[in-house]
Amino acid sequence: MIEIIHILVLIGILITAALIVWQKNLVAAAVTFAAFSFLLSIEFYILQAPDVAIAEAAVGAGISTAIYLIAIRATHDQEVT
Amino acid sequence: MSDSLSKIIRTTADVMFLFITVFGFYIVLHGHLTPGGGFQGGAVIATGFILLIVAYKLEDFLGWFQKRTFQNCEMSGLVLFIGTALAAIPLGYLFFMNFLNGTGGLFGQAVPFGINPGFLNTAGTIPIMNIAVGIEVLGGLSIIILYMTTGIRSHEEGE
Repeated sequence: MIEIIHILVLIGILITAALIVWQKNLVAAAVTFAAFSFLLSIEFYILQAPDVAIAEAAVGAGISTAIYLIAIRATHDQEVT
Repeated sequence: MSDSLSKIIRTTADVMFLFITVFGFYIVLHGHLTPGGGFQGGAVIATGFILLIVAYKLEDFLGWFQKRTFQNCEMSGLVLFIGTALAAIPLGYLFFMNFLNGTGGLFGQAVPFGINPGFLNTAGTIPIMNIAVGIEVLGGLSIIILYMTTGIRSHEEGE
């Protein structure tokens, strides 16, 4: 049972990591990064490191997403060809 | 953030702020028994404050909590940490010595032998240092976001 969840989490990490790069909308990329960070914290928990999982969930999914959103708000959205 | 977000987001932030803060203080206080500790709990509490900063107007947030509050949190946490470490020297122990362990007072209960569920009133100075680190990280991480938001506000008004 735990192997199935582990494989699903790893596939989800790969999919979200690819989506962060391919996303055109910057706000959507920041929210996808939060989902990636959440899946990474579940992976840490499966690998028996709950201490690192709590730190990753708080800093990665909470604080760095807020920093990205504030930084995106301060800049202009311009297409680079 | 010059304007507050929609009513759904503000209500959700109001409800979630209480639970996030209580969970963060739980992680800080049980740092010597369960996974987590000062840094993790402080980061969770700071996430609650950042949720309020993102959801509401900056003027509303500064009406509830001043910048001075978070600066005082950071300073008092650092002073409490180094004060606990230095308090062992006048008592005749080495620097960072766990002088409260096993004395029966505050956090001074001896750990019973064998398998037990874990008792909160143990471990000596380690919970005090966890609380100090928690207060310090809560002030530091909150004030990073607060100064970033304030800087963006002055940048937008300057244009």
